[in-house]
Amino acid sequence: MSSTVIEHELDHELPSEVFLPRSWKMPIALSIFTLVAALGFGLSLSNTAVSRVAIVTGNHWMGTLNFILPSLTTIIVLTVIMAAMAGIAWWASANRIVKIGRVRIAFWIGVIFGTVFVLAFLLWAVADRGHALQFTSLLSGALFLSVPLIFGAMSGTVCERVGVINVAIEGQLLFGAFLAAIVGSMTQNPWLGLLAAPIAGALVGALLALFAVRYWVDNIIVGVVLNVLVGGLTSYLFSTVLVRNTDVFSIAVKLPTWRIPILCEIPVIGPILFAQNALVYIMYAVVIILQILIFKSKWGLRLRACGEHPRAADTVGIKVNRTRILNTILGGAIAGLGGAYFTVAAGLAFGKHMTAGRGFIALAAMILGGWKPKGALMAALLFGFADNLQNSLGVIGVEVPSQFMLMAPYLVTIFAVAGLVGRVRPPAMEGKPYKG
Amino acid sequence: MSEISDSVDAGAPKTLMWRSTLRKITTSTVMTSFLAIVVALLIGAFLIAAADGDVQRTAGYLLTRPGDFFAALGDSVGSAYASLFRGAVFNYSASNPGDFFVPLTKTIAYSVPLIFAGLALGMGFRAGLFNIGAQGQIILGATLCGYIGFTWHLPAGIHLIACLIGAFVGGGLWGFIPGFLKAKTGANEVIVTIMLNSVALYLLGWLLTLDSFRNPDSYLPVSPRMLPTAWFPHFFSTAIDLGFVLALLAAVGVWWLMERSTLGFRIRAVGDNPDAARAAGMNVSMSYVWVMVIGGGLAGLAATSQLLSSVSQQLNGNIASTFGFDAITVALLGRSKPFGIVLAGLLFGGLRAGGYIMQASTGTPIDIILVLQSIIVLLIAAPPLIKAIFRLPDPERRTKKLAKAHARLEEKAAKESVEEVTL
Repeated sequence: MSSTVIEHELDHELPSEVFLPRSWKMPIALSIFTLVAALGFGLSLSNTAVSRVAIVTGNHWMGTLNFILPSLTTIIVLTVIMAAMAGIAWWASANRIVKIGRVRIAFWIGVIFGTVFVLAFLLWAVADRGHALQFTSLLSGALFLSVPLIFGAMSGTVCERVGVINVAIEGQLLFGAFLAAIVGSMTQNPWLGLLAAPIAGALVGALLALFAVRYWVDNIIVGVVLNVLVGGLTSYLFSTVLVRNTDVFSIAVKLPTWRIPILCEIPVIGPILFAQNALVYIMYAVVIILQILIFKSKWGLRLRACGEHPRAADTVGIKVNRTRILNTILGGAIAGLGGAYFTVAAGLAFGKHMTAGRGFIALAAMILGGWKPKGALMAALLFGFADNLQNSLGVIGVEVPSQFMLMAPYLVTIFAVAGLVGRVRPPAMEGKPYKG
Repeated sequence: MSEISDSVDAGAPKTLMWRSTLRKITTSTVMTSFLAIVVALLIGAFLIAAADGDVQRTAGYLLTRPGDFFAALGDSVGSAYASLFRGAVFNYSASNPGDFFVPLTKTIAYSVPLIFAGLALGMGFRAGLFNIGAQGQIILGATLCGYIGFTWHLPAGIHLIACLIGAFVGGGLWGFIPGFLKAKTGANEVIVTIMLNSVALYLLGWLLTLDSFRNPDSYLPVSPRMLPTAWFPHFFSTAIDLGFVLALLAAVGVWWLMERSTLGFRIRAVGDNPDAARAAGMNVSMSYVWVMVIGGGLAGLAATSQLLSSVSQQLNGNIASTFGFDAITVALLGRSKPFGIVLAGLLFGGLRAGGYIMQASTGTPIDIILVLQSIIVLLIAAPPLIKAIFRLPDPERRTKKLAKAHARLEEKAAKESVEEVTL
């Protein structure tokens, strides 16, 4: 990951005679998508088509809101907004404007355009169908599906910031899910399962640290092999011990859903964010704590120093390899906690390879999020949304091949890594052993 | 790391020659590989015993009747590994003497995709590229090879060649993408290939829903069977077919390419030091593209053993199995050299062939093979660890120790000289 083109963000003021190169990628892309929306969604609808949208507000007084929107008119309005965003992008590129005040134009245009485009797509997809678009469940499902992705991406962020590439997220999730299920089932207590999950992840993280930091083995090799090891070990134990004693090891236990008293009464947002189980609340805390600590605390500074310039860190007295080992184990524990999602949070017993590649999507989310907790959170939510959209459209009966929806996160990541969408820069010395 | 020669002993007197020879043997890569396999088998034995009902029961009264425990232990591990051997190498319990070596032919058949994909990844490793994408390249190779195999009507032989070309082109195309992106934009090939693996899987899943790919007689998303004109000819009605010969030829081809051709020299130079290669006037970007295209093509050929041999013969979502990931372990165990990869492929092919027999006869799940493979590779990737386990001399640590001792002496001398000055 070190050979990626390094492009520093130009945060400081430039002398007035120096011009940034114009980039036309964004306006061109936005214009193409606007055309797609106008032609693809607009032209294929009749004048009388209506789109139904149901929003469960979760509030006593408001109840469920049912909207019946004229599809064509609504989509025309949305397309005009998209065209306006594309226009602003053209204007910004032509005048080399990157920021207005502290606000990065490209980011916000992208967010607004993306939201509007997805909305137009949804209204087009449900136009003239018997089912209404269940807005609230679409979003709350997306949040729930992104839980393991977020934990995995946080784990990746911690590990890579300290200089160890963590490809073993998949294995950490799987082992976390495994131990959480076993402990939860044996004790009949989902909380103990939740407690066991990070221990399992930390074990895999410790192995990663042992080989990557202590023995200088290539991080990616260790990661890939650990995934195979955990996959094989859990499948082996599943087929032998678990299958023979289902009454002991395979009883599904589930974390209760906690409705946060006042917050869950907030219309729409309440039932989405504050009627979840404990794992989701832990996730909020982990993301916020990491975002603050990585960039504002002594621990975070040391962490980043070990990943960016270990020799400099060593010179000022930071024990580089010790820091790397401890934080890789911490990262493993975070991913392991995310593994609890598959078993005790979802109320399922363990199944072979039940993480099904989520660790790799988490890796993608971390990269797309620019190795920052906040960005990784956004990317993971986006991927969770794409995943849930695919389920929801299937329920409505829309003929979009589900494979393309599932492919989307991976394709977006490839574009991002190739520098077509945004710019991402990994920690400079990640994956490089520090030999002191 | 293990390549560091034992330069410390270069000037050792002749009486110590035997010690230096002994050290050379014990620190050699062959020895490390062998010991890694031994450790993996021991850990595997522990897992087999731990999951065995009799062992668990007898462990309950271990202190009163230890004999029972050890008998059960030996029985469970012994029978599992015996059936592994019986399934991979030599079937001593075959009723017909002609069947004694049937397992060996199965091993060879299972090793073919591993050798192809292992060669592909080994090439990448030597160019300093981490091609984790063999899985996707196999899927794309299978897609193109399969499509040609069940739709085109060509005479036998020509059809087979068309399928092989299709597999190579499909895999090569999927390898071209990360190679091209790496060359043009510096996109990290590890991330791109991991992502492309999943894209390939979903692409194939989608294709199998189309009428042009789907078998109309089946409820499952599978393609029609390959036409017999595209099948590999078998040798002496055994499991060994033309695929193995092609895999060996590919190994020789890769050896020639890497060791004797200009392109191979360039690839190795880029792998050792891209900056130096660039300074010497080599086109580093093009080397990356070539490695990924040829590697992708070789990985694509791994699909032929699934489609044109007797294993599956129809395209399905699981066509690549886990060959792409197994190939990483094969390439590492073979140390990225063609000959080593063939041997590693045979070993892992044997584990797979034997694993199926072991699962059938003793009920030990085949998943344990994955555990064995990954432990072997982890230990081989970290030679100092295996040396620490067996308390073998570690040349690197020895040099380090000597260097430390030297440093200490020098420090002492410096101190003394300082003291002299102050006196």
